[in-house]
Amino acid sequence: MTDLAQLYQRSILEHHRQPKNAGRLPAPTHLAEGHNPLCGDRLTMTLEVSAPELGVERVLRACCDAQGCAICRASGSMLTEAVVGLSVAEVSSLIERFMAEVSLGQGAEPSGEGLGPLAALFHVRHFPNRLRCATLSWDVLRRAVVSRVSR
Amino acid sequence: MEMADRDRAAAPLPAPFPAERLRLDFPALRQTINGYPLVYLDNAATTQKPQPVLDEITRAYVECCANVNRGAHTLGARASAEYDAARAAVQRLLNAAAVEEVVFTSGCTSAINLVAYSWGDENVGAGDEVIVSGLEHHSNLLPWQALCQRRRARLRSIPLTDTGELRLDVLERWLCPRTKLIAVAHVSNVLGTVSPIAEIVRLAGRVGARVLVDGAQAVSRQPVDVRALGCDFYAFSGHKLYAPFGIGALYARRELLDRMPPFLTGGGMVDRVGVEASTYAEPPGRFEAGTPNLAAAIGLRRAVEYLEAIGLSAVQRHEEDLLLYARAALGRTAGVRLIGLATPAIGVVSFVFGDIHPHDVSTILDQRGVAVRAGHHCAEPVMQHFGVPATLRASFALYNTRTDVDALVSGLASAREVFSKVFGNVSDTAFEQASDSD
Repeated sequence: MTDLAQLYQRSILEHHRQPKNAGRLPAPTHLAEGHNPLCGDRLTMTLEVSAPELGVERVLRACCDAQGCAICRASGSMLTEAVVGLSVAEVSSLIERFMAEVSLGQGAEPSGEGLGPLAALFHVRHFPNRLRCATLSWDVLRRAVVSRVSR
Repeated sequence: MEMADRDRAAAPLPAPFPAERLRLDFPALRQTINGYPLVYLDNAATTQKPQPVLDEITRAYVECCANVNRGAHTLGARASAEYDAARAAVQRLLNAAAVEEVVFTSGCTSAINLVAYSWGDENVGAGDEVIVSGLEHHSNLLPWQALCQRRRARLRSIPLTDTGELRLDVLERWLCPRTKLIAVAHVSNVLGTVSPIAEIVRLAGRVGARVLVDGAQAVSRQPVDVRALGCDFYAFSGHKLYAPFGIGALYARRELLDRMPPFLTGGGMVDRVGVEASTYAEPPGRFEAGTPNLAAAIGLRRAVEYLEAIGLSAVQRHEEDLLLYARAALGRTAGVRLIGLATPAIGVVSFVFGDIHPHDVSTILDQRGVAVRAGHHCAEPVMQHFGVPATLRASFALYNTRTDVDALVSGLASAREVFSKVFGNVSDTAFEQASDSD
């Protein structure tokens, strides 16, 4: 497959056309917004995380409201599927793993081990000026997980 | 009308524009990108540079690398003479009345900021109004926004018609003695709209307002005559005019420059300097603090000469023709929605393609060597007017041909193909809907 065909592979386009967990949770416990001033992509991440009084804080639901290109939308959609059920600490380490591997550049091969379908996004490394499209949702998630809304 | 027809019949047909031959002057265009010959359609961002300009930059550093107006040695004298020649070239380009009306800057943005700080802080006060337009690049919006915030003045923006032309009827209603300045783009960097500058100047004259023209997209595409336009300030960048980065110029009427305080202070712009107070040089030196970018100025002079040899009227006809051809070719392509169809317009066309995001289209076009811009083009108000977050933009230069437009159109077909492999029927619907809505 060409780099282009890998970038726009079936799973990416499916998430773009019919994003999972699209929109915003009505009463999120966590919320963050972000945009890419270079291309105008905008994204809002809402999370429902279990209360700290109940033990380990876990992501119960995650929604991504994304206006942007196929890569940005697919990344946001795949992310929401990946984080449900994870503890906040596990989400943080997933973010760092994803960011490290997606930013490897063209020289190195990301392992993608244990990242499942997210590995499809790593082909963006052949298109350096599109990297930010794949990472925007993860940047926003990074801020969202530490943003418990006070009630 | 009959007379015009007879004139046309009698006049010899203009020679076809030699874009193919001129293209050979631009070494950057000989590159292949991802295995395809480069089709460079991002000229509104910057133009490629012809070999004579590149050679001249090298010559500048070899033969006259000295500080302008400072050294008594031979190289210093050469540098000063070259700098004067560059200023004279800009005077010719804009048909300014005097070389003293040409101030060198680092680019169009710094030229506009110079006016906003130097002239603006002196002449715009609380309750006054500055008018920009809905076409503006951020560089001709934000300096005025900041000025109005500093001076507690009001900023208004001339709305656009559905096709992307300025609503002069609204401007006319707004004009009043509080209006101090109208700042407008000569040619829109997103839509190609050519603003009716002479008409705006006439309206401004009724209330004594000054007019600044952002000529960044205009100077490379048509002859500009600041005296015929009647504007007070005219700003442009060299790098969009086949010249190097880091040089631009501000034209300002002598009587305005004479009364303006310096923007930046430092070496080279002084008359007498004391520790407590100093007096400043006459224009244009007063506005050129620090060591000037001589090599870029020399490159700019060479670019102006290059354009003079071709003739900007011929370039104008060529770029008008390319725009008409591109609008027609894109208009026939299923799924394309053209954004803005202003008349007159030149050199720039914006569009969206089905429901595929401009960034995705741009990446796919790049894989076929076609370079276009995707995004908001530093003109978010224009995007808001047309209700789109981003567009694709093809912008032309003298070396582009109809073949380049054809490569863009066939690149769109491959973008559609890439995106049709999933839910092909959904994609088709999106394309048909996009076409129907035109």
